[in-house]
Amino acid sequence: MMVNIIGILLIALIVWWFWIKQPRSVKVASNEVEIIVDNGVYSPSNIELKLGQSVKIIFLRKDPSPCAEKVIFEELGVSLELPVNKAVEVTINPEKSGSYVFNCQMKMYTGHLKVSA
Amino acid sequence: MINTSKSYRLSIGGMSCAGCVASVETAMKSVPGVEQASINFAEHTALVKGDMDIADVINAVKTASYDAAELKGGEDEEAEKEAIEFAYYRALIRKASVAALVGVPLFIGGMGGLFPEIDSKNGQITWLLLGFLTLGVMFYSGKHFFTGAWKSFRVHNANMDTLIALGTGSACLYSFIIVLFPDSVPSLARHAYFEAAVIIIGLINFGSALEMKARGKTSEAIKRLIGLQPKTARVVRDGKEIDVAISEVGLDETLRVRPGERVAVDGVIIEGHSSIDESMLSGEPIPVEKNIGDEVSTGTINVSGTFLFVSKRIGSDTVLAQIIDMVRQAQSTKPAIGRLVDKVAAVFVPTVLILSVITFLAWYNFATDNALSYALVTTMTVLIIACPCALGLATPISIMVGVGKAAEMGILIRNGDALQQAGKITTVVLDKTGTITEGRPAVTEVITVAGKDETLLLSMGASIEAGSEHPLAAAIVEYAKDKNITLDKTEKFEAITGHGVSGLIKGKTILFGNARLMKSRQIDITQLEEKAEALSQQGRTSMYLAIDETLQGIIAVSDPVKKDSLDAIRRLHKLGIKVVMLTGDNQHTASAVAKQVGVDEVIAEVLPQDKSAKITRLQQAGEQVAMVGDGINDAPALAQANVGFAIGSGTDVAIESADITLMRGSLHGVADAIAVSRATLTNIKQNLFGAFVYNSLGIPVAAGVLYPLLGILLNPMIAGAAMAMSSVTVVSNANRLRFFKPGS
Repeated sequence: MMVNIIGILLIALIVWWFWIKQPRSVKVASNEVEIIVDNGVYSPSNIELKLGQSVKIIFLRKDPSPCAEKVIFEELGVSLELPVNKAVEVTINPEKSGSYVFNCQMKMYTGHLKVSA
Repeated sequence: MINTSKSYRLSIGGMSCAGCVASVETAMKSVPGVEQASINFAEHTALVKGDMDIADVINAVKTASYDAAELKGGEDEEAEKEAIEFAYYRALIRKASVAALVGVPLFIGGMGGLFPEIDSKNGQITWLLLGFLTLGVMFYSGKHFFTGAWKSFRVHNANMDTLIALGTGSACLYSFIIVLFPDSVPSLARHAYFEAAVIIIGLINFGSALEMKARGKTSEAIKRLIGLQPKTARVVRDGKEIDVAISEVGLDETLRVRPGERVAVDGVIIEGHSSIDESMLSGEPIPVEKNIGDEVSTGTINVSGTFLFVSKRIGSDTVLAQIIDMVRQAQSTKPAIGRLVDKVAAVFVPTVLILSVITFLAWYNFATDNALSYALVTTMTVLIIACPCALGLATPISIMVGVGKAAEMGILIRNGDALQQAGKITTVVLDKTGTITEGRPAVTEVITVAGKDETLLLSMGASIEAGSEHPLAAAIVEYAKDKNITLDKTEKFEAITGHGVSGLIKGKTILFGNARLMKSRQIDITQLEEKAEALSQQGRTSMYLAIDETLQGIIAVSDPVKKDSLDAIRRLHKLGIKVVMLTGDNQHTASAVAKQVGVDEVIAEVLPQDKSAKITRLQQAGEQVAMVGDGINDAPALAQANVGFAIGSGTDVAIESADITLMRGSLHGVADAIAVSRATLTNIKQNLFGAFVYNSLGIPVAAGVLYPLLGILLNPMIAGAAMAMSSVTVVSNANRLRFFKPGS
């Protein structure tokens, strides 16, 4: 009985943690933010900015795995190649508020760019 | 706060005096973020420092009527990338080998009963030592899976690392519990899984290494393009020829190219002539003759003579650099078919986690004996067999190879959507002039009305056309010049789109154009109408000329059909595609050309602005339409079509103008593009099918659905091998596209 309850709680926990709970995001104050690409994650992976605020994102890839070699902001039509240990910059200025996703090609590295009005 | 101040070196063109230095400097400093801009007049270079986009600085200099381009350091990025990848590959192999070195003896020992029972005193110590050995290997060979899993978990994300870390971690943890507290589980469940954890880690590392090798091949096309860029160039400075690194070549420099050498930057020939092999850029196998004033492109090979040229585009501005950039960009995009998979991939891992818990509970509750062992093994197998990578790789890896393959054939595909659309095309609409025909018309007949002067007719025709941009105009002007006819000045010149031109020459009103133009001005053309019609039947375009509303005669121009247009159209038919010709020319001329090349339908006498409406009509009839044109005059029609093809000749085509750009002037490029797109789409579908089938069959089998019926239960190590091979299979399948050959 105990095992079943733990199992069901575990399922609920998975649903809550991965699909419901929103990760903490970093507000961009100085119009630029550095994102480290390593160990399967972008850190920070969630960025918040105000509509009309243009932000310079500097990607620094440390992970040599080929999974990390590209970052794509599909809705914004931006795709960058990230050489290992070399900073790559992109300036982004979304025209609409909303949440923009950025990923590696295989969607395993995931980040969110939240633009609020 | 990150300091992003950077410095760039620019080559500046067009500076002739010290005064220019000041204006270029002012232009540079006007760009926000520029902290320092210093110009070296002797070298014609500038050093710019600050936190700005260098493109803005270049634009500012260009706005000030000078030219600028970035001089990039000579570092070999591709070689560096390869070195990093090779080091990573070696690390993966090392990790896999260490895991195998420990895992295989553990496995054999366990199977052969070489180790004592866990619940004996001796056994406990032996297994504890084996456990620590496993832990050491897990740390060395599998640390990256665990850090990756933990870091993703913290940002509410889950990926392949999560599955492997959970699968192997739970096996390891369970085994330690058994060893330390054997009495906590029923005696049948007292089995340690150290060997499984180690072997799985080894297999996954080995799989990643193989995948990496295979992936290297997928980017061969881009490496080949990068390899076209020579590393050095022979520059003429102060009358001396010296070899310099390519990063030192500025704008407006004179360069020498000897036979067999590659052209180092884009420029214009100023001395000598040669034939140049442009096949690497355009796919056109026959070398092109180049003379003074002709453009030469980076990466092309000088076949015969030696020549001097002046650099006009350097660094990232050359056609080669733009092609590389476009191919790279296109390789990262996905067609619509891939986006559905992305949605699945995004929820895949948490779903597998949930399935693994359900598997555990099902076995725990319903297994008749040894439930805990079964529950653990099946849960572990579910976690290990699920492969999000195969799913995620399926589309991008095929696009990477397909777009690269197309680039090798001189076909530049803008993005994944263009590729998917090109694969579905049912109708190809071809512009006539410059697409089916050479686009280099020549005057074939000059016919006057009885009693009128031929020289006057030619002189007026050529004079008025001198101001026109119509392709036929150049032919008439050239013909008149060959006959030594002097041209007069035209006043009040007016181009009447789709009809012709009008203007005033020496006070007389000149009208020059088609029958429609004459009829609209009530000019009687009956005397020559029959002759014009006969010429049209032979594929010639006849233009009437009237002075002060009196018909003088006709000038007929013919644009020869490209040699391979007929063959290429036959190939399109073989692909099951309907071919339509769209032209502003009159029905007779159009039909004559159509007959020569065998198109299915002719839409003639279409005004340029109506071309896109004709495309819309075909689309409304349910056709998937590709429009092929020169990319400049046909822009609206190219945009309206499902896929717009810009067809160029040599390397002078505007790369930015269409969904697909054909660097070679031949229509075979259209058939090739459609064939390679279809092959790539098929490859993507195979990959997606494989990845879906693998996961949707593999996961239930791993969970043990076959056990109640057939008694089959998957070993977690087999699951590890299957998982490692699944992404290798996807990459290898995509690599098959490298050998694709379009039918001829």
